[in-house]
Amino acid sequence: MSDETNKGLQSAFRRKLLMGMAAIPAITMLPRSSYAQAPATSAVNTTGLAVTDTEVTVGILHSATGTMAISETGSIEAEKLAIEQINAAGGVLGRKIKFIQEDGASDWPTFAEKAKKLLVNDKVAAIMGCWTSASRKAVLPVMEQYNGMLYYPTFYEGLEQSKNVIYTGQEATQQILAGLNWIAKEKGAKSFFFIGSDYIWPRTSNKIARKHVENVLKGKVVGEEYYPLGNTQFNSVINKIKLTKPDVIFTDVVGGSNVAFYKQLKAAGIDLSKQALLTISVTEDEIDGIGGENIAGAYACMKYFQSLDNPNNKAFVPAFKKMWGEKTVIGDVTQAAYLGPWLWKLTVEKAGSFDIDKIAAASPGVEFKGAPEGYVRIHENHHLWSKTRVGRAKLDGQFELIYETADLVEPDPFPKGYQ
Amino acid sequence: MNDSRFTSRSELIGILVLAVFLVVILPLCLDVFRLNLVAKYLTYAFVALGLVICWGYGGILSLGQGVFFGLGGYCMAMFLKLEASSVENTKIQSTPGIPDFMDWNQITALPFFWKPFHSLTFTIAAVILVPGIFALVIGAAMFKRRVGGTYFAIITQAVAAILTILIVGQQGYTGGINGMTDLRTLKGWDIRPDHAKIVLYFFEVGLLFACIFVAQFVRHSKLGRILVAMRDQEDRVRFSGYSVANFKIFAFCIAAIFAAIGGAMFALNVGFMSPSFVGIVPSIEMVIYTAVGGRLSILGAVYGTILVNFAKTSLSESFPELWLFGLGGLFIAVVLAFPNGLAGIWGDYVQPRISRFIGVRKPKAGWTDNSVADGAPAE
Repeated sequence: MSDETNKGLQSAFRRKLLMGMAAIPAITMLPRSSYAQAPATSAVNTTGLAVTDTEVTVGILHSATGTMAISETGSIEAEKLAIEQINAAGGVLGRKIKFIQEDGASDWPTFAEKAKKLLVNDKVAAIMGCWTSASRKAVLPVMEQYNGMLYYPTFYEGLEQSKNVIYTGQEATQQILAGLNWIAKEKGAKSFFFIGSDYIWPRTSNKIARKHVENVLKGKVVGEEYYPLGNTQFNSVINKIKLTKPDVIFTDVVGGSNVAFYKQLKAAGIDLSKQALLTISVTEDEIDGIGGENIAGAYACMKYFQSLDNPNNKAFVPAFKKMWGEKTVIGDVTQAAYLGPWLWKLTVEKAGSFDIDKIAAASPGVEFKGAPEGYVRIHENHHLWSKTRVGRAKLDGQFELIYETADLVEPDPFPKGYQ
Repeated sequence: MNDSRFTSRSELIGILVLAVFLVVILPLCLDVFRLNLVAKYLTYAFVALGLVICWGYGGILSLGQGVFFGLGGYCMAMFLKLEASSVENTKIQSTPGIPDFMDWNQITALPFFWKPFHSLTFTIAAVILVPGIFALVIGAAMFKRRVGGTYFAIITQAVAAILTILIVGQQGYTGGINGMTDLRTLKGWDIRPDHAKIVLYFFEVGLLFACIFVAQFVRHSKLGRILVAMRDQEDRVRFSGYSVANFKIFAFCIAAIFAAIGGAMFALNVGFMSPSFVGIVPSIEMVIYTAVGGRLSILGAVYGTILVNFAKTSLSESFPELWLFGLGGLFIAVVLAFPNGLAGIWGDYVQPRISRFIGVRKPKAGWTDNSVADGAPAE
């Protein structure tokens, strides 16, 4: 698996070199340290990070407990898989990755506390972590104050850019605009109804979507409603949908609310094979809870689906299932979390150093050809160039790929004209 | 127990031991990161102190102390957020000079109720008065109508839920579920570096002792004895001509103000305030700290808070996936085996032995007010 994801990278060569060199001391009985082909620790680590001659420590910081655990577990699993594969392929600058896992416990200040612990006490070289915007907002000042490096996997609202964060998910314009263009063209959609959970990501996403619908697509937003996180009563909004008869229902309802929302839609007789519904918040993970039969026919706009047909993904999915069980599903964020350790490894090797400042400077332009979603590249603004895709939910809980952008979409966290 | 004296000798020793522990031992043993964690724990100790007065002595169980902790914390956070949102710091926004979350929510001018928070004096007054007055209003509305016991507990929970929904819903004005993050300076003094954390820690310990003395005073005054009497036999106190409602309101307000001071210190120490400290779950957690420490013991509440939070941090560091079970087990064990918490263990087992060892025959005193401890209703 690791060989496949690494095609085109120097790791294959590195492994052969490593194996060759490992044979030398067996013959010559040289002291152990002298055969390491890795550069000296003092050269690659000038700021006192947890890097030894044989190991480098990174942190994993997600919620293993609490309400977000159901979403974040996939990210933890993906990051552990990536770390294992990188170690199997020779590690980073000749050093094995060791990880320290901390639990953010679905509690934002705990995230900040644990991030600080990882940076100050453990001196980790990078942190793979956070999921919700709130946890990222809590951790961000800590990362900037103690100069850490965070690889953040979730698609999010944008309006942020930091030297100390690499955003491996899509920001809002990247995710939304291509999907809206597609549905407007394909379905001739003119009227849209927005439903979201009430916090920063859905509100910002809908703001961007509204501007795009009104200014670019010359359509109309016939309704915009928000519900508190965890809400399970959608009957009144469903009645409004029935009254306004929008061409497209556009949703960014998150988490457990989705289960109630799609079940109630179905119970109210709204047939998703006839009524177009575009969601930007339902991945394979959520369908696990919603049930394929309740959401079949809905469109989702993401950058990754488990069903993607490319060589990288065909190697990634079985490796993931082998490590974490046949029944696991892989959603968009899980894949983005998988990119984190790999992008970090590639950046460290490009910079020739673990130093945070050098990694931050070397990040723009780093390419990962082994990404399950296909080729990705880091933009100057520390977000990823990636394709946007529309999938249609099937009964078995998987998505069928309907459309993908021809080119990589440029990340634009501060979109002009959409603010 | 020596009647009306401010503190008995053994209590004074207890306070001195706590002072040595917090002022000398912990700062010497812990690095700044851990000391800052202790500072965070101690912010909850303010709430626990208030609960000792309100619940332990007054018999008023409030499951909504998070509301007051949150109000105090938000008042302080608003001041700090305004200072962090100077025009210079917020250049990239469409409207520079307002907090970042307002900008995301298309608010273009600072709302009127934010404006006074430019002043530190106003903020400090607000930290005390806003929760105090709010508690007064709730207390008056409830206790004058003789709502008490379980009903009161449920209503405080409802208030906690309502305030959370309000804060989350009005995210343009409050920062919503993200809360207020990235608080930086207090009157130009950076609260983030290590030396600032140390100063803040000692300041907080000082405040905590001030609150402990207030609590001691309340407890030993006539007022404290009326509270205990009221808890045990409310009607008799009423028939003796006391206005039960007013005493209850007073105890509730004291608890609210303590909690608010804790909240304000939290915002300063952690650099952060969010609705996750306002809701039902954190409010119940705060009651648990008090229960573990011993709800009749002022000092026990402080130790209980430190112990529970320390267990929380260390268990979650060692067992990221299982720690909640360990913590739950700890609570159940303490409450089942030792209904008077840590202070009960101390008063019943440890202290008598020490006394015997020293050879002094003293009545059981110390942390626990044993004269009322046994069999008190856990209302």
